[in-house]
Amino acid sequence: MTRITRGFHGRRRPDVDPARVPPGQYVTQDFPVLSAGPTPHGSLENWSFTIRGQVDQPHTWTWDEFQALPHETVTRDIHCVTKWSKLDTVWTGVSLDALLEGVETGAEYVTAFSDGGYTTNLPLEDLTGGRAWIAFAYDDEPLAPEHGGPARLLVPHLYFWKSAKWVRGLELQLEDEPGFWEGYGYHNYGDPWREQRYAGD
Amino acid sequence: MNWQPGTVLELIEQTARTKSIVFDVPGWSRHRAGQHVDVRLTAEDGYQAQRSYSIASAPEDRHIELTVERIDDGEVSPFLADELLPGDEIELRGPIGGYFAWEEAPETPVFLVGGGSGIVPLRAMLRHHRATASAVPVRLLYSARSLDDVIYRHELTAADAGDVRLTLTRRQPAGWTGYGRRVDRELAADVCWPAAERPLVYVCGPTGFVEAVAGALVSLGHDPARIRTERFGPTGGETP
Repeated sequence: MTRITRGFHGRRRPDVDPARVPPGQYVTQDFPVLSAGPTPHGSLENWSFTIRGQVDQPHTWTWDEFQALPHETVTRDIHCVTKWSKLDTVWTGVSLDALLEGVETGAEYVTAFSDGGYTTNLPLEDLTGGRAWIAFAYDDEPLAPEHGGPARLLVPHLYFWKSAKWVRGLELQLEDEPGFWEGYGYHNYGDPWREQRYAGD
Repeated sequence: MNWQPGTVLELIEQTARTKSIVFDVPGWSRHRAGQHVDVRLTAEDGYQAQRSYSIASAPEDRHIELTVERIDDGEVSPFLADELLPGDEIELRGPIGGYFAWEEAPETPVFLVGGGSGIVPLRAMLRHHRATASAVPVRLLYSARSLDDVIYRHELTAADAGDVRLTLTRRQPAGWTGYGRRVDRELAADVCWPAAERPLVYVCGPTGFVEAVAGALVSLGHDPARIRTERFGPTGGETP
């Protein structure tokens, strides 16, 4: 049951189309930073991206090999479970469709893993069909370390904790396994339009 | 996790910009120090706004306390800080989170570093530490602009406050014997236990503050896996 809050009128923003804002979210112009630990600072020489687990053979790209793959620049709205949304963010990266091309697998689930030990889990299907990227630039600039640079997963149709910062690869799995925040009570799937913030939502 | 009504019992002005709100929440499930809560406000026409706030009270405290910093062009914080009155009811849901949380355990020392209103979850940990009469060494380093900006000032400067170190970055009162500069590598080295003692570290504050402090501790040899952070505000937000 919803209760009226005495004296609360809200500040609706006339410049924001409410149809673009999922329930419980508000639009910010800032780009807040949320991370569970210190920002890792690795070198590009030692960077690689790996697809492993339930695959015919592990696939690994060095930074240069990764950069040689076709780039896409996309404009998307992003939604953080801590309530902020940011509209029309511009990212450049490599599509997961391109990275998964030629990878033979019977897996249905993925754990993305990152420098610093962060993990998050997703259905493999959510990374395909032009819905996910490994992004290395934001607004035409190299992705800043506090925002996940040199490269982060970008899955804008799910809450942004699924878009793992400092991503280094994907573990393809037959079984679904909760990642870092999913193990602390956050929703296993995290669809902002169904307001799947916490387990049980 | 359902929305629960919370009734405002008391409002306490902490600083010119922050206010503590004490709620009675019947049936609240016990939280862990450092966790947060979602707050939902509903206008008469059904419009709703939600925000997350750290819980300022310890699990052992009788009521749930939030401390809200007024953001001048904000939608929710000015309402909470300026409009709310005792007896009002708002909806809460929680507790939420669990990584940036501390539970009493006979472990290594605990080092808390707060900037500005980043003190809030750390204050819950300090109260939990005291309520459990914990033997674990705990130390707080709190950075604020001036003494007037110190939230929970009386509690943190009381004779029985424990090991609390203040640094006032903009203005220090006459005769100030505490620190008077931003938390950099040298100050962190001065106040924190050596990396070899593997303290468990919690850092909370604006993004720029947390980046600087966590980076300094890593450069001093502390294991990144022992440093838990909570950031708020935009990239490069002002450092308290």
